[in-house]
Amino acid sequence: MSAPVTQMKAPTRLEYLVHAGATTTTFLHSILKGQLVGRRCPVCHKVYIPPRGACPTCAVLCTDEVPVSNSGTVTTFSIVRIPFEGQRLTPPYACAHIVLDGADVPLLHIVGGCSVDEVRVGMRVEAVWLEIPQPTLATVTWFKPNGEPDRAVNDRGEVVP
Amino acid sequence: MRSISIAGIAQLPSKLAEHHMDAAELVQAVTALALADAGIERKQIGFVCSGSSDYIMGQPFSFVMALDGVGAWPPIRESHVEMDGAWALYEAWVRLQHGDIDTALVYSFGKSSVGNVDDALGMQLDPYYVAPLGVSPMALAALQARALLDARFANERDFAQAVMRARLAGARNPNIPTPTATTVDALLAAPWVASPLRAHDAAVRTDGAAAIVLRAGGPGPKITGFAHRIEPHALGVRDLTTSPSARRAADDAGASRIDVAEIHTPYASQETILRNALGLNDRMLVNPSGGTLVAETPMVAGLLRVVEATRAIRDGAHRALAHATSGPCLQHNLVCVLEST
Amino acid sequence: MSLPTDDLVSPFTLEYTYKRSTGPVIGRFLAGLRDGQLLGVRTLTGDVLVPPTEYEPTTGDAVTDEFVEVGPEGTVSTWTWISNPGPKDPVSVPFAWAMVHLDGASTPMLHVVLSPEASLKTGARVRAKFAETRVGHIRDLAGFEVVT
Ligand SMILES: [Zn+2]
Repeated sequence: MSAPVTQMKAPTRLEYLVHAGATTTTFLHSILKGQLVGRRCPVCHKVYIPPRGACPTCAVLCTDEVPVSNSGTVTTFSIVRIPFEGQRLTPPYACAHIVLDGADVPLLHIVGGCSVDEVRVGMRVEAVWLEIPQPTLATVTWFKPNGEPDRAVNDRGEVVP
Repeated sequence: MRSISIAGIAQLPSKLAEHHMDAAELVQAVTALALADAGIERKQIGFVCSGSSDYIMGQPFSFVMALDGVGAWPPIRESHVEMDGAWALYEAWVRLQHGDIDTALVYSFGKSSVGNVDDALGMQLDPYYVAPLGVSPMALAALQARALLDARFANERDFAQAVMRARLAGARNPNIPTPTATTVDALLAAPWVASPLRAHDAAVRTDGAAAIVLRAGGPGPKITGFAHRIEPHALGVRDLTTSPSARRAADDAGASRIDVAEIHTPYASQETILRNALGLNDRMLVNPSGGTLVAETPMVAGLLRVVEATRAIRDGAHRALAHATSGPCLQHNLVCVLEST
Repeated sequence: MSLPTDDLVSPFTLEYTYKRSTGPVIGRFLAGLRDGQLLGVRTLTGDVLVPPTEYEPTTGDAVTDEFVEVGPEGTVSTWTWISNPGPKDPVSVPFAWAMVHLDGASTPMLHVVLSPEASLKTGARVRAKFAETRVGHIRDLAGFEVVT
């Protein structure tokens, strides 16, 4: 008998045209103007960025737009040292949670403009913008150290006021 | 069995495209309406269950992101089915049988406008023998329709009449895109797309969301029977002209003395099969909403049949049947029987 | 809430390069196709399942280890004519999907029929046509042609 068949290729491919929706479109339009704009929950007053349609704690629509600062505090981070398919940056680089001043939840982004060994919890950073903005969060290239003194971050990853 | 009632219902209007609201916003809006209809606060809800499909939404873990809309933090007791919301309702009904909680919130959402629903539904086909062929759900339904014609269980005029009835009833439904007026002869004059089916024999696909609040005891239509059954994956071993799974589900759910039925027909030809399997006849009102031929939101259509059956009971019907289907050629069928209290 | 008038839209492709294990029964069938042969599997009740599975779908019993050559001719049990094929269809010219009951099989199988619409009817006799390049895949069977 000829060679057995033990495997078959079964590729799948689905194509979409994704509409960002009103909330995300507003956010991305604000990036075109060089501004990071979150949304505030009308019940618990938390400011979410990127904005969320609904507050996951209160289950109400977050309708109020709130500009937040270009600067913030690193609350946790991870150094990426391995290459992978589709990677935008060259390793090593730092992925970090950054709580922007005026926001209540961290934004996941990159800390750059310094050695990865310098990245630390509590570090103060500011957004570095592309000269020609695009309607995407990648218009902020990364967040670089802004030279301000570190802030305290508690066990829950919150910046101590 | 613990007696479970439909305490609240809601839907968002089914639209050809809902581009402005994201999944969390759809969920927030529709669940708020259902809770208001039930007069129950979110924090009183004991269990939350949803139905949706990432392949339909074009976003991995879309159901997790949508959970923002029900206020899932701090963590709530919730579950999800990658299926029509009618099966989420079934899970919630079973969960309430445990007896330790008294209320459940069920919702589903879907957008046909972001991708190709037929391609997404192709993902549920046999991955060795059927999916690699690239066959569409409509072609599979057409094989079933031809078998019906050959068995003389229906003719093409029956298919056109099902479309006509759906459009006439749908014209009175404020929650769907207005159906195009037509005549049976005009429908029959249209060309075949997958013979013997024509383009209009396929459901009009929409975007939307629906929600239901269940409560143990209390006022509101009572669920007197609830069951679902499935048929084999291999198309060749099924008799496509009948639906043994729909018949079994209807028997298990005690579907008798029905006044109104809301049935899920992805294709006009399938109405004949379901009428036979579910024991429906001309004395009953079938699909007063217009049904799915005039508006079918993927993963919502089945749950919406229960919403419509509840409306029928609120409008004076005594016993109503809601049906949902899933899979190629009516593979999987669910029946929920409601009774006025 | 300010509603943007120009909704941002982006194409998105969800793609996976899956490989599937065939197991002994499906693998045997696909190897048969590659070698230009149509195989069914015998069930405990004596039926011949085509295409074969490791289990008998109506009882859940395991099938026997007896493979049976079926076809290459068979009978169309139901069919549909696709007058305007789309990008996902396996052929770009008008064609039929059909359930074909191969001679010697107990169950019909789904595939395409590559013959003119006028020759299609329920009960039509068809013959398997194999693809020129075969790798152990359901599309090693190019389809069926009506026998005139
Ligand atoms: Zn809140």
